[in-house]
Amino acid sequence: MSLARDSSSYHDMATATGVDEAAVQQAPSIKSMYVYEAPVRLWHWVNALCIVTLAASGYLIGSPLPSMPGEASDSFLFGYIRFAHFAAAYILAVGFLVRIYWGFAGNSHAREIFTLPLLTAAYWREVGAMLQWYAFLRPYPNRYVGHNPLARLAMFFGVFLMTLFMLATGFALYGEGAQAGHWSHILFTSWVIPLFGQSQDVHTWHHLGMWAIVLFVIFHVYAAIREDIMGRQSMLSTMISGYRMLKK
Amino acid sequence: MIETFYETLRRQGITRRSFLKFCSLTATSLGLGSAFAPRIAHALETKPRTPVIWLHGLECTCCSESFIRSAHPLAKDVVLSMLSLDYDDTLMAAAGHQAEAILEEIKKKYKGQYILAVEGNPPLNEGGMYCIQSGKPFVEKLKYMAADAKAIISWGSCASWGCVQAAKPNPTQAVPVHKVITDKPIIKVPGCPPIAEVMTGVVTYMLTFDRIPELDRQGRPKMFYGQRIHDKCYRRPHFDAGQFVEEWDDDAARRGYCLYKMGCKGPTTYNACSTTRWNGGVSFPIASGHGCIGCSEEGFWDKGGFYDRLTHIKQFGVEANADKVGGTAAAVAGAAVAAHAAVSAIKRARVNHAEENQGGK
Repeated sequence: MSLARDSSSYHDMATATGVDEAAVQQAPSIKSMYVYEAPVRLWHWVNALCIVTLAASGYLIGSPLPSMPGEASDSFLFGYIRFAHFAAAYILAVGFLVRIYWGFAGNSHAREIFTLPLLTAAYWREVGAMLQWYAFLRPYPNRYVGHNPLARLAMFFGVFLMTLFMLATGFALYGEGAQAGHWSHILFTSWVIPLFGQSQDVHTWHHLGMWAIVLFVIFHVYAAIREDIMGRQSMLSTMISGYRMLKK
Repeated sequence: MIETFYETLRRQGITRRSFLKFCSLTATSLGLGSAFAPRIAHALETKPRTPVIWLHGLECTCCSESFIRSAHPLAKDVVLSMLSLDYDDTLMAAAGHQAEAILEEIKKKYKGQYILAVEGNPPLNEGGMYCIQSGKPFVEKLKYMAADAKAIISWGSCASWGCVQAAKPNPTQAVPVHKVITDKPIIKVPGCPPIAEVMTGVVTYMLTFDRIPELDRQGRPKMFYGQRIHDKCYRRPHFDAGQFVEEWDDDAARRGYCLYKMGCKGPTTYNACSTTRWNGGVSFPIASGHGCIGCSEEGFWDKGGFYDRLTHIKQFGVEANADKVGGTAAAVAGAAVAAHAAVSAIKRARVNHAEENQGGK
């Protein structure tokens, strides 16, 4: 088929097929780069699913649903809720270990959530710049390729340290039921319970940790959507395709 | 020459048959198996009795009350005769200088050989004056007698953790024994009170094997404190099924459902109640329809109501559980995000509007 057509029929075709090479030719080109490799993206979404499952099942463990009718042998509801919690915790733990490995094996952006350039003044200047941006004191943020410095701070505490805390306290509680001799009892229960004083305190702090993660999720989702709309780089699609697009 | 246990028993009219029955019962209740019954019998026949000094600090004597009710018919007689219980100010006949003289005598004569059992704890505030015995603060008596002891048994939650007299704000500054005595092996036997058979079991083990039982990291004998109430609770099937008592005297309570929602601390309490039970194996709190209050756990007295599933977090200074603290924080964060989003949208609309106007000109 010839491209030499009158413009009205070309536009008709474009609306019908979506093929519009002319518009593509005219459009401004946007720079993009590959930042989040496949293991990072996969981990992000698996982790997100785990966290939703863990928070929901964990809340129900602390505040159980109304009683089941019938004989005890007829249902295993609380058992299944606890199973969902433990299964999601195992997946999260394995994912976390793989993610740490990828921190070493992957590109430099894969390392950003595990470390903080505490002694670099420029880093803290950029954190300040991001805070100003959120305080409406700057018309535009700077452009960042990986995590922005404020996000990196939030990731380090909200993801890395919180996951460590929740894994340690969570597997300490799990080890109580798994009993002495189980790996979780040896690795965690044996020192975490005495550290907090008693099991009930570990439950309480583990529960508080859930709320800390809920806070993180609120800020994380809000900031990601807001940056995608108002900031100068793509956010949501980056965690799906891996490519970061920079706007003007 | 001190009598052996066996001689003491025979003198008190206990038959050899009853003695051997006790040995097998002890072996069984310690989980040692029948092969250990002859070893226990041999030890009791040949070893001289170990002197025990039983001190009382700030306490309510519930440990002693529990101890003297050790249920198995012989245990009460045997254990009170097994130990050479040389000093116990609530039980002994002697009083005044006569009684205090025994302390000096044991300390000198059995240096490094006697067991110091401590019920209650020392208050440290104002030089220890909140607990005065024979004209001196209890903490001094405790340190004095601990100096030459072989080992120390901390009876009950007072001696082990502090218990109610150490509850906030702890005006007398009562502290558990291990805060004052740091250079001796301490066996913690917590509980308010501890189970009678656990107390006699610990003592029997120490006298029989001449060593302290295997302890966990917090100093409790593993054989009695290695599992939670929850792990051996007969209502556990209702827990797994999701069948809970919702309020006292409801249908679920009458059916004996799990007391988790009523604040039962069985899942967080290490003790032998659901196995050994109380009063000769008759019952234990959960079997009587009341949740476990966690009386053998550190700080159980300072965590708000016994009937709360989610207990208070005193670090936050207010009476609030994790859901109140976390839920409030999440609500505030949500409101802040919503407000921030609104301001962002307005600001962006204004900028776009201004740009459009500029473009128009």
